[in-house]
Amino acid sequence: MLSFLARRLAQLVPTLFFVSILIFSLQHLLPGDPALVMAGEERDPAVIEQLRKQYRLDQPIPVQYFFWVKGVLSGDFGESLRVKAPVLQLIAQKLPVTLQLGSMAIVIAFLIGIPAGIVSAVKKGTAWDYGANLFALWGISTPNFWLGIMLIFLFSIKLGWLPASGYVPLSENWRASLASTIMPAFVLGNAIAAVLMRHTRSAMLQVLESDYVRTARAKGLSERSVILKHAMRNALTPVITLGALELGTLLSGAVLTEQIFSIPGFGKLIVDAVFNRDYAVVQGVVLVTATIYITLNLVADIAYILVNPRLRA
Amino acid sequence: MTDAALPAIRISEAADELESPTRRALRRLFKRKGAVAGLVVISIFILLALFAPLVAPYDPIATSWSLVRKPPSTLHWFGTDDLGRDVLARVMYGARASLLAGAISVTIALSIGVPLGLLSGYRGGFIDALISRITDAMLACPFLILAIALSAFLGPSLGNAMIAIGVSATPIFIRLTRGQVMAVKVEDYVEAARAMGNPRWRIALFHILPNIMPALLVQATLSIAAAIIAEAALSFLGLGQQPPAPSWGSMLNAAQRFLTNAPWMAIWPGLAIFLVVLSLNLVGDGLRDALDPRAR
Amino acid sequence: MKIVRLLVATAALCVALGTSVQAQTTLRIGIAEDPDVLDPSLGRTYVGRIVFSAFCDKLFDIDEKLNIVPQLALSHETSADGKEMTIKLRPGVKFHDGEPLDAEAAKFSIERHMTFPGSFRKSELASVDHVEVVDPLTIKLVLKTPFSPLLSQLTDRSGMMVSPKAAKEAGDKFGLHPVCAGPYKFVERVQQDRMVFEKFADYWNKDNVFIDRIVYQPIVDATVRLANLKSGGLDLAERILATDLKDVRADSNLVLSTAPELGYLGLTINVANDKTKGALSQSEKVRQALDLSIDREALNQVVFNGEFTPGNQWVSPAHPYYQKAFPIRPRDVEKAKALLKEAGVKLPVSVDMMLPKGAENEAVAQVVQSMAAEAGFDLKIRLIEFATSFKQAQAGEFQIFQINWSGRIDPDGNSYVFLHTKAPQNDGGYSNPEADKLMEDARAISDPEQRKAIYEKLTKILLNDEPIIYLYHRKLLFAHTKKLEGYRQMPDGLVRVIGLKLK
Repeated sequence: MLSFLARRLAQLVPTLFFVSILIFSLQHLLPGDPALVMAGEERDPAVIEQLRKQYRLDQPIPVQYFFWVKGVLSGDFGESLRVKAPVLQLIAQKLPVTLQLGSMAIVIAFLIGIPAGIVSAVKKGTAWDYGANLFALWGISTPNFWLGIMLIFLFSIKLGWLPASGYVPLSENWRASLASTIMPAFVLGNAIAAVLMRHTRSAMLQVLESDYVRTARAKGLSERSVILKHAMRNALTPVITLGALELGTLLSGAVLTEQIFSIPGFGKLIVDAVFNRDYAVVQGVVLVTATIYITLNLVADIAYILVNPRLRA
Repeated sequence: MTDAALPAIRISEAADELESPTRRALRRLFKRKGAVAGLVVISIFILLALFAPLVAPYDPIATSWSLVRKPPSTLHWFGTDDLGRDVLARVMYGARASLLAGAISVTIALSIGVPLGLLSGYRGGFIDALISRITDAMLACPFLILAIALSAFLGPSLGNAMIAIGVSATPIFIRLTRGQVMAVKVEDYVEAARAMGNPRWRIALFHILPNIMPALLVQATLSIAAAIIAEAALSFLGLGQQPPAPSWGSMLNAAQRFLTNAPWMAIWPGLAIFLVVLSLNLVGDGLRDALDPRAR
Repeated sequence: MKIVRLLVATAALCVALGTSVQAQTTLRIGIAEDPDVLDPSLGRTYVGRIVFSAFCDKLFDIDEKLNIVPQLALSHETSADGKEMTIKLRPGVKFHDGEPLDAEAAKFSIERHMTFPGSFRKSELASVDHVEVVDPLTIKLVLKTPFSPLLSQLTDRSGMMVSPKAAKEAGDKFGLHPVCAGPYKFVERVQQDRMVFEKFADYWNKDNVFIDRIVYQPIVDATVRLANLKSGGLDLAERILATDLKDVRADSNLVLSTAPELGYLGLTINVANDKTKGALSQSEKVRQALDLSIDREALNQVVFNGEFTPGNQWVSPAHPYYQKAFPIRPRDVEKAKALLKEAGVKLPVSVDMMLPKGAENEAVAQVVQSMAAEAGFDLKIRLIEFATSFKQAQAGEFQIFQINWSGRIDPDGNSYVFLHTKAPQNDGGYSNPEADKLMEDARAISDPEQRKAIYEKLTKILLNDEPIIYLYHRKLLFAHTKKLEGYRQMPDGLVRVIGLKLK
């Protein structure tokens, strides 16, 4: 176990190193000149020169990379070229938003995906199977930006039940906060629900045909008890750990969803920064989210092994 | 001992042994109604895309100032868009862009991902470690951000969007292939092939690859679905299909301003994406069930 | 029992106190983007200017007719040779941190705009040599050469006054907590979420400030912005889509407030930097043909429901400097074809048309493409990211660049930087010595009649050379709840907060 942990931790460093190179080079290879972008409409040449010097944009890429990594290792992620605020401060401002949105999305995903997966597995081959399938699949079959717009149209414009956009922090007013995040969370959670449904279904199918369950059935227990007490418990453990890994999907989906609902989270921050060539912001956010993602992966793997001793190879 | 005392032998077992794995898989696939429905829908869209010039009622880029944003009618079944173009024709031609985007990006992902995964899984050692770390790094970056950055780097166009999506989807295939290879390389037939003196590349190509095809096929189907949605997202952001050529994503982009005035501009391309992607997902799930060696 | 009565009495008192305190009025304004840095020397976005008008007063302001009116300064006087401008400041003005606005502070602010590293105001104040303090309430700007547009620069960011104490302390972080002299003072900013300002008690015009708080919320999607306004989440929203106006007019809870913009949208033609030597760069006849193939009225109708204003000069037909002698030429496909034949080009003329992505932009381009096709042009639309567009434009990697300009009060601000030889935004490389001289003369004279006469000659040249084909001028479209009283839209697109009341 310990050697496994040590091995995985050792893998963390080169992976993060590659992440940093990947995102750094992608950014700097993008056409367009951040100094020009910052200079705005007027494009005063003197200002552009000064900006280039100030942010080392005139240096070769490896040199810029070196300075950036140096900064990161001492806790300085640079500052946003556009608003002059430190990247870490921006991240700190937006992390609670993204966390709230993300957790709500995952909760919704669990509420939709797991029951759908169980029903689909238990009633395999029947109309319930297809129905549950469809119920969960439509989430990844609709572009989330389209779904978001449709929801705003229905619930904000036509019905007036929910605010069309904007974010209210939990600390300010929990009811308004929930109202402002329920639609985007639903849009995000939908996509993950499908993945969870698949995992749950295959895990349940596997468990339902195992000796363990056959024994329970042979003992004469009711089908309900078999499912709820025995099958589920075994099936759900891997599903829960797998669900936590959907962070990547969450962030990808958040990019457009946050744009449409005007939620000031990571997704909007990143996509605006890419289009504004705000290098430091993109690099900083991707590095932070990559670290979280890899850590979650590690935690999930450990949990998986702890729960299932047979896998300790 | 009489025959009656022996447990009954399932006649079908003999029949199972005679049936080829492909036939068995197909049979099981067609049993799932969802997958069948999906296949039908996809085929319809493929036919529409192929024969669009023959089937479409109008030229998809022909503008008409007097017919701007007209609701569905007998003349224009799906209505017209903000420049007076027929929405039905654009949806049909748009199928080409979207389906092509799905197919080509996944082909790119397969062509890069599978060889790398084979290499990584079969060789092991340092190469495996290197490829795995790079794959992990790519997976740690949000897919859409990678795609957006690559698209922006290559320049806005449908072709570049396909490359961007393909490259962003590659790590999934690397990882999948690697996992499958590692599971399969300890099998008897691989040992046997090695014992017979086959060179490694031959084993990889002719013994391992055919046996991991099912998993790859399932993932490819699901990835095409994801790629179509990614193309829509990129076009929505202006990085994909260039105007006036239609694609479902760019149609949604233009339709966004007219949700209350001309909702049909958004409904039909959105529905098209939904149907195709849903069908692909159903077929993918069906394939997974059909190719699952554990199922009865 | 006594305790119970005491508790009840206390409770009643609390309730009474609570309701007797007036509810704070908050004005929620929806803007289309998140502004960049809130530092008047470093800011460069249009939405930034909208926010500035709530908390950062400037020396002068404009009225609806684009006349210069006093704000932090009371009067201005230009010397006969045009090289000195004396400005008298308003007495008794305080910054948000209590510091007084005196001549020293004004000198500091202007010098900060001119010299602060990274300041975007340098080119605007390039004509100023130095600033002198005449007396505690008077400053004198000494110019290198006469420059009549200077006054209009002082009605924008270059004329904004900042507290010297706060600016010196904060350095380049001033934008994170700006201290100016406007009707509201900065409270907080959550990036991409909102900016909050509250009433400044010592404002010089505080009797006309009625609302307690202002909150700006960036909402990128125009449909969502309007949805917020309709559902009551916002009180005022900018940049309503022209195609949504019918909806707004039909809604009895909303009021539409419009004004013609100061800018334009045009097709910049690469006349001198085109490495591929495309047809458009070779002969002005080809460019005139393109101009004649476009039906501006139809364009306006199809894309904007007829709400905007077609144009053919760098100021709109409603602008005092518009040359009525050169009205918009109606579409004439036959003449266009004839011109192309005269120029001897092979049909169809293939053209690389570059434009930044954006749904309305793309619609305009497709309409132009469709119209020009009839005359024999094959416009190939190439969408580009905004961040890349300027770089490619500067490098001359385009044949047509469809781009808009937000507009400046002085007509020089809409022309010189685009049309003068080697000017920073002259991407097409247009160079005509006659035109250059006219532009230089116009910016040295102050008399509007004389300037207009000079610009008439310039217009004639431009309509022949066609370095930029001007297409239309937007209407600034703002909508607000009918609970907001006293709002009038100004042509510069900014939201002025004096005199606004929320019912």
